[in-house]
Amino acid sequence: MRVDFLFWAGCPSHPEARELLDDVLAARGVDLEVDVREVYTHDEAVELAFPGSPTIRVDGRDVDPAGAALPPSLSCRVYRLPDGRPSPVPSRQQLEEAIS
Amino acid sequence: MSAIANAPTFDLPGIDGHSHSLDEYDDAPVLVLVQSCNHCPYVLAWEGRINDLQREYRDRGVRIVAINSNDAVAYPGDSFDAMVEHAREAGYEFDYLHDESQDVARTLGSSRTPEAFVYDADRRLVYHGLVDDNREQESVTRHYLRDAIEAALAGETPNVADTEPVGCSLKWRS
Repeated sequence: MRVDFLFWAGCPSHPEARELLDDVLAARGVDLEVDVREVYTHDEAVELAFPGSPTIRVDGRDVDPAGAALPPSLSCRVYRLPDGRPSPVPSRQQLEEAIS
Repeated sequence: MSAIANAPTFDLPGIDGHSHSLDEYDDAPVLVLVQSCNHCPYVLAWEGRINDLQREYRDRGVRIVAINSNDAVAYPGDSFDAMVEHAREAGYEFDYLHDESQDVARTLGSSRTPEAFVYDADRRLVYHGLVDDNREQESVTRHYLRDAIEAALAGETPNVADTEPVGCSLKWRS
């Protein structure tokens, strides 16, 4: 399994998202090194199809496929929690489903 | 407190099709400016609480004014048309103004969305920063903005006058 964690430092949500990701990986007994990449420019965002920060992909598949289709952007990404509320980080459920 | 001590003058277009200036709010005993935008998840998480505060304090004359200063060229989701649409969908009960030149944001010294500035009747800054201490409403323990509004209405200084805003970075024009 390969896990990519892409972030833009202009959005403050990445430490929380990374912590949640590490927690889910640990809970699932998955021992791997997450590939972390910081996105600095809009050109990089285009090249990486980066729709906002953070973006997490498991074996190349975005943990939130719907959000992955948004245009490349150096901005905070909007996730939706299971109850519909907006969040700057994916839900634990989204991560668990992506990693299972 | 890092923000400037007095409310900035402004005259900005609002989503209601009218221009709104600082003078227009002269009768308000408390004026709250909120640096905001359309697409930021932190704004989306807090905007309902901001709306609730406007609803709750309207009868006491408090006015909340949200200002979007983000670069709409690089971030089309923050265009004026998108502001109109977003405010309609979210049911904003406060004025929502477009600071296309970003002059107001520069004067305020804003850096994040959302970022609140509370001014008393003399338009002196009495509070700057967070709405409250948690973007998850059920986990909130400190109601900074509400407390600041109450203090300003009472002619007092809030116990907490400055907090570090948490949110999206303001999108400056390059």
